[in-house]
Amino acid sequence: MNKVFINALSALTDINDGATLLLGGFGLCGIPENCITAMIKKGTKNLTCISNNAGVDDFGIGLMLQNKQVKKMISSYVGENAEFERQLLSGELEVELIPQGTLATRCMAAGYGMPAIFTPAGVGTEVAIGKEVRTFNGKEYLLEYAFDADFAFVKAWKGDSEGNLIYKETARNFNPLMAMAGKITIAEVEELVPAGTLDANQIHTPGIYVHRIFEGKNYQKRIEQKTVRPAPLNL
Amino acid sequence: MLNKNQIAQRLAKELKDGYYVNLGIGIPTLVANYIPDGIKVVLQSENGLLGMGPFPFEGEEDADLINAGKQTITTIPGSSFFDSAMSFGMIRAGKVDLTILGAMEVSETGDIANWKIPGKMVKGMGGAMDLVASAKNIIVAMMHTNPKGESKLLPSCMLPLTGIGCVKKIVTELAVLEITNEGFKLIERAPGVSVEEIITKTAGKLIIEGNIPEMEM
Repeated sequence: MNKVFINALSALTDINDGATLLLGGFGLCGIPENCITAMIKKGTKNLTCISNNAGVDDFGIGLMLQNKQVKKMISSYVGENAEFERQLLSGELEVELIPQGTLATRCMAAGYGMPAIFTPAGVGTEVAIGKEVRTFNGKEYLLEYAFDADFAFVKAWKGDSEGNLIYKETARNFNPLMAMAGKITIAEVEELVPAGTLDANQIHTPGIYVHRIFEGKNYQKRIEQKTVRPAPLNL
Repeated sequence: MLNKNQIAQRLAKELKDGYYVNLGIGIPTLVANYIPDGIKVVLQSENGLLGMGPFPFEGEEDADLINAGKQTITTIPGSSFFDSAMSFGMIRAGKVDLTILGAMEVSETGDIANWKIPGKMVKGMGGAMDLVASAKNIIVAMMHTNPKGESKLLPSCMLPLTGIGCVKKIVTELAVLEITNEGFKLIERAPGVSVEEIITKTAGKLIIEGNIPEMEM
């Protein structure tokens, strides 16, 4: 069975209008840049996108919003994305905001084969409306369901032909969880190597969760907030 | 009256040796600059890092290494990376000793609102709802009044809630207050700030017992 594809477009051919997608990344860190670019090229519409953020106005999922490809976003943070906030407030885009830990754990549950989780996040707030509440040891928890998504797009640092993945630094974030949660998971990696090259002790996502893999190109890896301190003086 | 850096400096006095600490966006982030000598704390960034270090030197920034505010950062020796489920797992399990975050409103019963102004502004809750629902010790860092001059310390929050009955302490430019069963209890006042000014700017129930000392910075 061959999991290796030559590029994003070839790996995404069967994604149709109305699909539900999980997209890894936190802010612009660790986002599947090649898959997003390919989706814009494909022009697939009426998508439900589950991702912590929606990129920024001119990069990441923000580009799919500008292109009006997204029917619904499920995210935890709008942040400084003006177009996302505008579409949300005007009602053009259906948006479900959920706590970040709930988002992560609903992915984890899907990948672990558990239908639901209990979390205290959102108890007593509008997030709790319509949800089952259970009390354990005197504390209230909300019942939250595992995600049911057609495809997951994840970005890793290194991957091999078996689909094993290793992430770099904080670019790991939601990627391993979404990789586990997708019915079909497509991984793009900065470096694709033959099986046996990566140290099996260091694998973050075992290949069983990854159905398609390709080596990405032209990574921009944009920085949202460049913060630095002055370099030490060379005296 | 304190400026933002001085609020952070006062907050840093809440840190204890060995603490794992989560600092929110804004004033809380500045607390990292005032960790007292002789105290070791490990900063948790909920996007998946324990052991956050200072900003990188110019030219050494790394797009794969950011904090929860999406700022470029570095790591300290002994740091570790993990995924978002484990990150909120350690928060939910009570492993993080102290959480400091900003707020738009706090109620006298410790409710907090900080993610949405209906019809006007939606930031999203990010990790705040998880943090306030789980953390053992939650301190809010904020200005005492909003830009219109209205008190942010209220009998009950007007804005959509982030969490209920969770805030333990508040540090503002004017005062340090504790949430008690009876309401906001004034603990300290900022240098040069009168108890009367704090009374005027606090809309919720305020408890004042005896002489209120000035903060020691």
